[in-house]
Amino acid sequence: MLRRTRTVVAAVLVASSAAVAAGGAEAEGPVAVAVAAALAPDAARQRELLRLLKQDCGSCHGMRLTGGLGPPLTPEALRTKPAASLVATIVSGRPGTAMPPWRRFVSEAEAEWLVARLLTGATDGSP
Amino acid sequence: MLFLAGGATLPAHAQQMRGTGDLGVVIERAAGRVQVIDTTARSSLATIDGFGDLSHASVVFSRDGRYAYVFGRDGALSKVDMLAQRIERRIPQASNSIGGAISQDGRVVAAQNYTPGGVKLFDAATLELLADVRATPGPDGVPSKVVGLADAPGGKFVASLFDTGEIWVIDAANPRAPKVEKFTGVGKQPYDGLVTPDGRWYIAGLFGEDGLALLDLWHPERGVKRILDKYGRGEEKLPVYKMPHLRGWAVAAGYAFLPAIGRNEVLVVDTRDWKEVARVPVAGQPVFAIARPDARQVWVNFAFPDNGKVQVIDTETRAVVKTLEPGKAVLHLEFTPRGEAVWISARDDNKVVVYDTATLAPVATLAADAPSGIFFTARAARMGF
Repeated sequence: MLRRTRTVVAAVLVASSAAVAAGGAEAEGPVAVAVAAALAPDAARQRELLRLLKQDCGSCHGMRLTGGLGPPLTPEALRTKPAASLVATIVSGRPGTAMPPWRRFVSEAEAEWLVARLLTGATDGSP
Repeated sequence: MLFLAGGATLPAHAQQMRGTGDLGVVIERAAGRVQVIDTTARSSLATIDGFGDLSHASVVFSRDGRYAYVFGRDGALSKVDMLAQRIERRIPQASNSIGGAISQDGRVVAAQNYTPGGVKLFDAATLELLADVRATPGPDGVPSKVVGLADAPGGKFVASLFDTGEIWVIDAANPRAPKVEKFTGVGKQPYDGLVTPDGRWYIAGLFGEDGLALLDLWHPERGVKRILDKYGRGEEKLPVYKMPHLRGWAVAAGYAFLPAIGRNEVLVVDTRDWKEVARVPVAGQPVFAIARPDARQVWVNFAFPDNGKVQVIDTETRAVVKTLEPGKAVLHLEFTPRGEAVWISARDDNKVVVYDTATLAPVATLAADAPSGIFFTARAARMGF
């Protein structure tokens, strides 16, 4: 129950910072929740994304996301990073580093969903 | 029962005397377990629990082939007695580790660490810490991650520093006071390294630029030189979803077969002059390119999303002769000591498949929980392993 509440809060943050990044008007809280819900991947895709996170992001960031050649992706490690920049990093990669663009496998909406999960640490369980 | 000398109680099945030349271990990465396997019977002898985070793991063997040293992602170093089928000793030695090596004389085990970045030396018998060699700090003030650690003749270890672009030769003749010779400016982001089977050459692969860094360990005074410079010819490389691994690399009939970074190619280099002689187009970005011990074939596996395939290259014609699909998410392959069989781990199918390397047909399948690395005791006698 607690986990669910935290996820929704993170989704609000992601949706509003994404709107700002896109140059749009800042969304009001309830609207942002609706946007995030509309964009959320379905349950089967959520399982695929969490698997991708653990296994393939995990190649560099560690299967438990505690870091490797890439930095840790734990909530504590990401605390100071804006969600929008995390989403951009997933989709477009970071030139000059080993982080590749994942847009061939992960859409921007899916990256937003993943970032919300990462920020709350809800990356292990079912959707 | 010679090996009962320590007064330890062994399981009944371990009390039969046996050698270890056909033993090995398979890492079960998600569960943090290790299987002890027998390559003659093609069976699993035991599953040992309690290794912590093995999501990335590497193994070296004692020179008597009895003990496996397991380096886990969480920085733990475990010494496994494969005959007694138990962890004899286990120490936390870092918070994030990538692997290790064992010295020429078998007395010193070295761990290469990401956090804190550096190399630590341990007594192979007791795992007592002998020396802590901290890496050069990067631009952010944090010690560089250390990659590509390998043993070399003369009681040395060689390693590369990912964040600061260095190769270090660590003389561990006196392991409590190691001497470090540093080669700086070797290239951007060395991601792994290897020592050739004869122990003469150390090669670091570079992620940050096209090329590899080569050090002649017979003549370190000549410095590090670049080979295969600009092999990508300035073309944009493909996104890299998994770094290649160079240990276990392929030197076959005077040629080295090396994974290209960000290209669906294996590079073929003449080891006499280190010039490129060919490129073999393959099914994806290579992770491991490993020669069958007789050097007639090189087997290659691939990074996500092409990690369901394994290809076999004929080293004479330098062409792919067979594409195999052993299972989902192939992470590693290991040849038996003389190469009549190769064991392949398929993480997402929870199995290890054994192939006959003459017929290229599967001959056995073993169940394993998300298997990754496979390591056979023949490594104990090989330099650079």
